[in-house]
Amino acid sequence: MKIEEQPLEDQVYELIVRASTDLPADVVNALHAAQQQESEDSPAKNVFSMLLKNVELARQNKTPICQDTGTNIYHIYYPAGVSTLQLKRVIQAATVRATENSILRPNVVDSVTGKNTGNNLGRENPFLQFEEWEQDHLRIELLLKGGGCENVSTQYKLPDSELEAGRDLNGVYKTVVDAVYNAQGLGCAPGILGVGVGGDRATSHLTAKKQLFRKLDDTNPDNKLAELESRLYTDLNSLGIGPMGFGGKTTVLGVKIGSAHRIPASYFVSIAYMCWAYRRHSLTIQNGEVKYD
Amino acid sequence: MIELQLPVSEEEIRKLRVGDEVGINGTMITARDAAHKYLIEESPDFIRSYLENSLIYHCGPVVKQSAGKWSFVAAGPTTSIREEPYEATVIQNYQVRGVIGKGGMGEKTLSALKEYGAVYLHAIGGLATLLAESVQEVKDVFMLDEFGVPEAMWVIEVKNFPAVVTMDSHQKSLHSKIKADSREAAQRLIHPVM
Repeated sequence: MKIEEQPLEDQVYELIVRASTDLPADVVNALHAAQQQESEDSPAKNVFSMLLKNVELARQNKTPICQDTGTNIYHIYYPAGVSTLQLKRVIQAATVRATENSILRPNVVDSVTGKNTGNNLGRENPFLQFEEWEQDHLRIELLLKGGGCENVSTQYKLPDSELEAGRDLNGVYKTVVDAVYNAQGLGCAPGILGVGVGGDRATSHLTAKKQLFRKLDDTNPDNKLAELESRLYTDLNSLGIGPMGFGGKTTVLGVKIGSAHRIPASYFVSIAYMCWAYRRHSLTIQNGEVKYD
Repeated sequence: MIELQLPVSEEEIRKLRVGDEVGINGTMITARDAAHKYLIEESPDFIRSYLENSLIYHCGPVVKQSAGKWSFVAAGPTTSIREEPYEATVIQNYQVRGVIGKGGMGEKTLSALKEYGAVYLHAIGGLATLLAESVQEVKDVFMLDEFGVPEAMWVIEVKNFPAVVTMDSHQKSLHSKIKADSREAAQRLIHPVM
């Protein structure tokens, strides 16, 4: 597969525009369903009406759904022979252009000097994860993850005596309930939870974040994890935290759990909390045909 | 919906109660992390007239500039609790009548609201395009070069800016209530009685 930089830069630019200004269909459907469930005239119902109005307006105006255009997280699946350096160059160029056009906020700050780079490029930003695969096409997935929800994301080390959580899926369950209780409305609830079980500290977080690229209505191929996802979804929505932490029936829109192998000494559970403005889209290029999802 | 016209008096602000929905009109200023640190550590005098009897908006906007004029493209609230170490002193020193943000604030700020007569107004997180539309004009900007776009202090004129009072000057906080209620529910799930 040969990559031509110019059309690809335009396509990645379009991917960023879609991610920042339009929510995927499964998320919009979930927000509508949540609005239906809340009681008439409740603050929660009002919040959902405003959210949906904002989503519609952002799509029409092609302006950001949220001003915090977040950490830009890319997962790139590429066939043999593609240069990842070239892909990196293309993504960086599209990022700079999206920043110039107010699609992305200048959001990258040098942690030592405190200076904003002004163009969204910096060390580890945008964050790119490359994976060569056996398929013949290129797939670029993008998630814009804001700071409010990243700040309530967390990691546990099991066993945990305070939670009475052991090294099993019931222990995992307890950590997730605790994390969502601690987050309250601060992560811009209703949240979508990516949970990573196992790994080391770094791969545990990566596993959690990777779950956020799944669709809300998919089914986990692992039966035990599928069961835990559904149990958590029901129970978390009984906490009464509600959208923005105003109280209500909808505290989470989805729970997605993945696992990584661990070494015997460690058992980490990582929780990647994603805000309701769940900005994820993908770009697939196959035989010259370009598809966005 | 209660109309809140800026500048606003302490007396008017003390009438507001948790749960009140307000539409804000007038001139206010954005300030977030770097600005709060600056307000406390440097005590700049030039900013006083913008803060007195007005509101601070915890927001780092997406902006654009055409023909030398700034405008807001996306401007929802950012998480307020990060300003907890500073906010009570800012309210006291600058006679600010309230802050707009998301997620609520802590005990120290709640006490300052009572003592000095101010409120915490919750805007909806992620409502960036809609809230930017209520910003009629960007009147000025301070510390843009030093802090960058998100952290600069933007002086804005707003019309019908929607927010809900979630902490008032009578020691009431919606956030404490929801936290206490959900704590019981969470404890039942984490430590079920066998």
